[in-house]
Amino acid sequence: MTDAGASDDQEVVDADRRKFLTAATSATAAVGVVFAASPFVASWQPSERARAEGAPVTVDLSKLEAGQMIMPVWRKQPIYVFRRPPELVAQLATHDDRLKDPRSTDSDQPAYAMNERRSRRDDIAVLIGVCTHLGCLPKQRFEPGDAQLGTDWPGGFLCPCHGSRFDLAGRVFNGSPASVNLRVPPYSFPNENTLLIGEDGTAVASGAA
Amino acid sequence: MASNDAEYSPGFWGWLNKRLPVEKFVREQLLEYYAPKNFNIWYFFGSLALVVLVMQLLSGIFLTMFYKVGETTSFDSVEYIMREVNYGWLLRYLHSVGASAFFVVIYLHMYRALMYGSYKAPRELLWLFGMFIYLALMAEAFMGYVLPWGNMSYWAAQVIINLFSTIPLVGPGLVEWIRGDYGVADATLNRFFSLHVVAIPLVLLLLVALHLVALREVGSNNPDGIEIKERRGPDGRPLDGIPFHPYYTVKDVVGIGLFLTLFAVVVFFVPTFGNLFLEEANFEPANPLSTPEPIAPAWYFTPFYAILRAVPNQRLGALLLLIAVMAFFFLPWLDRSPVRSIRYRGWWFKAFLAEFTISFGALMWLGLKPITPNYLIAARVFSVGYFAFFGLMYWYSRWDRVKPVPERVRFHE
Repeated sequence: MTDAGASDDQEVVDADRRKFLTAATSATAAVGVVFAASPFVASWQPSERARAEGAPVTVDLSKLEAGQMIMPVWRKQPIYVFRRPPELVAQLATHDDRLKDPRSTDSDQPAYAMNERRSRRDDIAVLIGVCTHLGCLPKQRFEPGDAQLGTDWPGGFLCPCHGSRFDLAGRVFNGSPASVNLRVPPYSFPNENTLLIGEDGTAVASGAA
Repeated sequence: MASNDAEYSPGFWGWLNKRLPVEKFVREQLLEYYAPKNFNIWYFFGSLALVVLVMQLLSGIFLTMFYKVGETTSFDSVEYIMREVNYGWLLRYLHSVGASAFFVVIYLHMYRALMYGSYKAPRELLWLFGMFIYLALMAEAFMGYVLPWGNMSYWAAQVIINLFSTIPLVGPGLVEWIRGDYGVADATLNRFFSLHVVAIPLVLLLLVALHLVALREVGSNNPDGIEIKERRGPDGRPLDGIPFHPYYTVKDVVGIGLFLTLFAVVVFFVPTFGNLFLEEANFEPANPLSTPEPIAPAWYFTPFYAILRAVPNQRLGALLLLIAVMAFFFLPWLDRSPVRSIRYRGWWFKAFLAEFTISFGALMWLGLKPITPNYLIAARVFSVGYFAFFGLMYWYSRWDRVKPVPERVRFHE
């Protein structure tokens, strides 16, 4: 509209131009909405405090006797740490045919725990004590041939909620509602009697897979 | 839309209506809105849902005045409300019983739609808005259930949020994002409070408004499934319609009176409803190191929970749970019957609806029970029954031998 006098003429609407401008404006606005939403979405990520509280946890193993279990908490999850006597470790290899995932190929664990003992060291087992079915806490049933679980029970865990059964390496038995073995957290042994949960580390005290 | 002053009555009423269409609204929505005259008892539940919504908002606003959100304060503040706030026990029981009443009313309201084909064209969108209300209500109820931070609250949050971990690739990251921590924690509780008290109620109100606007546009269905708008008298009014006010406002008031009587009996005499409306395990503070032994969700979620548990594979179980809920959305397009109401359908539909009703009820009961080998088999059988209703509808609704639909509504079967 350069000339006021000429504006009485019928203005020609360039429909294509209008369509393009509308589309371009909408697209720019959509990008803006995505950018504007990102801080709100990001605010839901664990806060700095939650991250700090999720730092690795050190556990002293010097007082842990064979057959005993302790339950430190790492990232709000109970961690089952127990010492397996050698005879029970040896027996772990004998019931593969009763397990859903004896080689832990479908289960979640660090590479160094992907063996039939599911641990870095033969004697110390470290498992996340949360049933892989729906998140209840499996209970200790270490006694082989437990009255409730039958004479062929090799010792392990029983989930009270839906009856999932796991062996002493956290491997799930056939017939359980859970599909995969108990998860293994990242962990390392800075020295013989110290366990560091939450960090892979490099030092392996003994019995590396 | 002439804005001639002569159209308005004098005085304040005229002044007001010139600026806000109060009279026009009342006339169009109540006095000259014609609803089918053959509504039966099943048509109480829509207005009852609205009543329950208002009650929940009211009791919720007052509970928020005394509740203190936080890992260390939530449980104690609920006990404080129960024991020390004047009539705090009443506020809380109104709200907790109200939550269950909401689902009772909504399930009956939805069942009415199944029986009379109220989801069929042209009411598809009305049905979809209703389904979105149902989804929002599920989210609202779940988050509200977590707020008292009892042990059941904690483990319900744990189990439900873990369902998202079964989504391939993004699952674990998504779960962490929802919780805002490595486990269900203070951050989780706090955001659920915000969503429960602000975000979802706003969404619910918006959806209810859309549901009502869509209802007014297409008009109510009725037990005969006939379009009353198609038969009009010389004055242009539907022959089988009666003005919403006073006929249905009065009828609804009677329904509300009956409902509130039953509601009051539950609130005052059996607020926990035998462990169903409030669970014993939730009178114990949240404990991440101890799972309550029979772990079951609130009764209104148990049909879906039973389906989840019946599947021996977690990912498939979660997927089936999702399908079980979402299947309702597709009803308008799955149902190919030429008639709406069960009164004129053949035995195929009647048999499948009966089978679905039994399956839904049985799954609801099974979801409350601990899993045993026999119950597991039963849950699988009834899950198949549940899905068959939707999965085969595309065919059986077509094969059905329907009866001729009368031209005018009937009052009696």
